[in-house]
Amino acid sequence: MTEKRPPALGRSVARGFSPFGGERAAALVPHSRLAGPMPWVIAIMVALTVIAAAGGLALSNLAREARAELSGGATVQIVVAEPRERERQAQAAERLLGEHPAVAGLRRVPEAELDRLLEPWLGVGDDLGSVPIPALIDVRLRGEADRATLTAVQQALLESAPGARVDAQSGWLGPVFSAIAALQWLALALVVVLAATSAAAVWLAARTALGTNRETIEIVHLLGGTDSQIAGIFQRSVGFDATLGGAVGLALGLAAVLTLGQRFAALGAGLMAGTGLDRLDWIMLALVPLAAVAIAMLTARWTVLSALRKML
Amino acid sequence: MSATDDEVVRFDNVGLRYGADREVLNNISFTLFPGSFYFLTGASGAGKTSLLRLLYLDERPSRGAIRMFGTDVITLPRKRLPEFRRKLGVVFQDFRLVPHLSAFDNVALPLRVSGVREADLVKPVNDMLDWVGLAHRKDARPATLSGGEQQRVAIARAVIGRPDMLVADEPTGNVDPDMALKLLRLFEALNRLGTTVVVATHDVHLLRKVPDSLIMRLDKGQLADPTGALRYPPRAARRDGGKP
Repeated sequence: MTEKRPPALGRSVARGFSPFGGERAAALVPHSRLAGPMPWVIAIMVALTVIAAAGGLALSNLAREARAELSGGATVQIVVAEPRERERQAQAAERLLGEHPAVAGLRRVPEAELDRLLEPWLGVGDDLGSVPIPALIDVRLRGEADRATLTAVQQALLESAPGARVDAQSGWLGPVFSAIAALQWLALALVVVLAATSAAAVWLAARTALGTNRETIEIVHLLGGTDSQIAGIFQRSVGFDATLGGAVGLALGLAAVLTLGQRFAALGAGLMAGTGLDRLDWIMLALVPLAAVAIAMLTARWTVLSALRKML
Repeated sequence: MSATDDEVVRFDNVGLRYGADREVLNNISFTLFPGSFYFLTGASGAGKTSLLRLLYLDERPSRGAIRMFGTDVITLPRKRLPEFRRKLGVVFQDFRLVPHLSAFDNVALPLRVSGVREADLVKPVNDMLDWVGLAHRKDARPATLSGGEQQRVAIARAVIGRPDMLVADEPTGNVDPDMALKLLRLFEALNRLGTTVVVATHDVHLLRKVPDSLIMRLDKGQLADPTGALRYPPRAARRDGGKP
């Protein structure tokens, strides 16, 4: 053995409390062990969340646009069995409505259009003329079709067109709006459940990784590693997996949303015409993977800190 | 007995039991001063490792008082313990190397944990590996190292940060006599720089190699201290001769 002097262990190797991070810290937790199925679980969760959120946002847009369109809409029906009297009252109603201050515009629905609307139920043929079909006037009000306005319009028509019945168009679609609202809540609930499921998956993965790397954690702990440093190592690793999974999930989710949007647009249903999402909606969808990464990292941190608190 | 600021460690009537079992350490009292060199001896099961675990803050005692660097570490909040652990160097009996890190990274670990910059740690770590004769094995993982090589890596890791106190559990158990002596010289060198060294060992030959060392003998969980020299060390027992 050669007698060399021990290396100079000067105080130049200063001890500090700066963060232990970066690749060197990440190397403490073998990535392959922690990664496993995590990125894929997060990818699936993010994809489902993007689809659910897109559905909720599209429904919200649909409801908002429909409400805006129908809020000032009213329909005047002339319910008179005798055709000539019905026509007389319809013309009188058109004239009176045109002069009414609450009315911004009106359109008499042509009989041919009415026939087309009723064709699925009444069929076609000469016998159709014997069925008394009300005359319809589509009215656009200056304000909302509230009860006071509708009553005022009804009163104005009472003398010259006693067979007139005035209804708000939004009233007919009340159950549809209720159903849309229920679907919106369902989409929101799905987003919350998926976020909770993602957090639970990360919790399980972090617990497993913690168990697998327990020895390493104990060593770092005994060498003076702080809880925050050790949690940071796991947080970083989970954050990496979540970012990868989030990007894949966002791509899958957006592909599904665009495909569905094209299908609905092709139907001309209006539900997702032009995908039914505006720029803010797309930004919100793009934020889903970022939220997933934040949830995953916070869950990992909380899990590891909870486990470390049980050590001295 | 009153505490003084220059004490590194002071145990007062410390007892330790695991669960509901009988105490593995019983009424342990001693004081360690800066720059002292202690050998901890005793038969297997005497409680050496338990005493060392208390010293490197891996356990809290069941009773008694422990002060370290002038601070009561029993009532110390958990979050302040890392600050004290960073003043210690520990050689574990089972080495406890991180299996997927190279020898270099294992030795560098305490410095990285302490926030030393990469540029500042490369030379000290390489020098230390060179000194323990493992410069050529710096990229090797622990599984590919022999028992003696692993032990040298563990020792290099314990001393790399120039700790205020070095605690070593059977540090020469797996190395040949030449390497044992060499490692002892490293501990002595550290000791001369002011590090308090506590080495648990079965090797009686080792005790004679460090003339100024003190011996702490554990027997069935009790510290043999017939003259009271461990509990009330004479000023001459201090490396500085007890100068204020």
